[in-house]
Amino acid sequence: MPLAREESSPLFAGTAAGTLRLMFYLALAMVLMVLDHRNGWLWRLRYATAIVVEPVYRLASLPADGFHALSVAFADRRLLTEQNQRLREDLLLANAKLNRMAAVAEQNQRLKELLDTQHSLELHVQMARVIGVDMGASRHRMMINLGARDGIKSGQPVIDAHGVVGQIVEVLPNSALVMLVTDPDHAVPVMIQRTGLRTIAYGSRNSQQLSLPNVPMAADVHAGDKLLTSGLGGRFPQGFPVGEIGSVVPSASGMFLEAHAAPSADLDRADEVLVLHDLPEPAGPPPPAAPVGPPASEAPAPASTAALPHATVPGTPTTSARAAAAQTIGTPST
Amino acid sequence: MSRQRLSFWWFVGTLAASLVLMLVPLPHVLDAFKPYWPALVLLYWALESGEQRVTLGLAFLFGLCADLLTGVLLGEQAVRLCVLVFIALRFRSRLRFFPMWQQTLAVLALLLNDRFLLLVVRAFAGESTPPALWWASPFVSAVLWPFLFLLLDDLRMRLRLQ
Repeated sequence: MPLAREESSPLFAGTAAGTLRLMFYLALAMVLMVLDHRNGWLWRLRYATAIVVEPVYRLASLPADGFHALSVAFADRRLLTEQNQRLREDLLLANAKLNRMAAVAEQNQRLKELLDTQHSLELHVQMARVIGVDMGASRHRMMINLGARDGIKSGQPVIDAHGVVGQIVEVLPNSALVMLVTDPDHAVPVMIQRTGLRTIAYGSRNSQQLSLPNVPMAADVHAGDKLLTSGLGGRFPQGFPVGEIGSVVPSASGMFLEAHAAPSADLDRADEVLVLHDLPEPAGPPPPAAPVGPPASEAPAPASTAALPHATVPGTPTTSARAAAAQTIGTPST
Repeated sequence: MSRQRLSFWWFVGTLAASLVLMLVPLPHVLDAFKPYWPALVLLYWALESGEQRVTLGLAFLFGLCADLLTGVLLGEQAVRLCVLVFIALRFRSRLRFFPMWQQTLAVLALLLNDRFLLLVVRAFAGESTPPALWWASPFVSAVLWPFLFLLLDDLRMRLRLQ
């Protein structure tokens, strides 16, 4: 094949026009990136293209699904029987525990009603399947198969049987993106179960761990302490397990202790998760004081004004800023 | 005519396949080693067909598609692929006739440059700096490059496509 001399690609010198074109495209991309980062209107574009994007996700996760199906199809009969037996036993045990829990819950309900609080123990949840497209090395996220059509909203907490998984950061028509608690951009206000000490658990940069970088020097924290959500920050309801502390070391600055915790939710293995519909309980900053001036009959809908802004006040912008929302949820209220 | 059309669809098909490969979920441990497939395939076509097929505009649009699919900052991969294709096209005449090991080294340099660019973009977007393992991907890509190049070239010859 004789090599034709092409004027368009000379051996050494490049053309000025090519460089100019590169500059043009780079500038265009810069503008796009800035627009997207500032989160103006580009999310609409994403929403519209979701129709095309979603089937591609499904296509991409086909190999993994295929392997799963194969492993089920070729599983040993004896293995399945054993598994079935074990699951039955587990179910029995779980049911027995549930019954006992139900009794305790009822008692608790009665006591709480007695105390005239409006908190309820019932969980309003929706079960979701993990579609499971992990999308980056430094970002811990997953997709679930519920979306805007199922009433999912950005900011809802996601849990599994063992603890908090994360929260919804982006909603598409038929699926939603969940930011896991171990994502470097994520923070959860937590409370140490044994002592009640409040602090914040951040996602950790290089492993599937949580890090608590600002525990006071004098605090009583050991390995093995359990972390619960504290309900501050107004996003996660109170009392869900978050993790268990593995190690406590002095931080680099020497001002604080730094603890590392393993998340209690099965982030790797979770196949089905629950999306919570409950609003967090009104803990944290006090609700805005009701207006004292005019009589109650003339005040415009006092009940709703007291409840509505409260859920969104403590540092949770309702704009769909993905990263921003995740970073601000754990902002300490001090 | 139909052969021309077939070779066009072959070109589009390899690009689309590279996008799907990019999205295939891997176990968490392997995630850092995932090669940057779209860049490899685009690089192959840039070296093979040059400006007739792979232009900066195509790289830009392809990058935008990849951005939409991965859900990262819109324009991030567009910038990376544009720069990659620009350098590849500029040195195409030389890169094509390099022996394979030199070509692989050149690809490694291109992909390292690409990672560096990504680092800059991420830094401007305010994301945290990635762990050291994050730099493994270009090396994996470079190791895969000769095989990918030979495979695509062989398929192209066999199907008698342009």
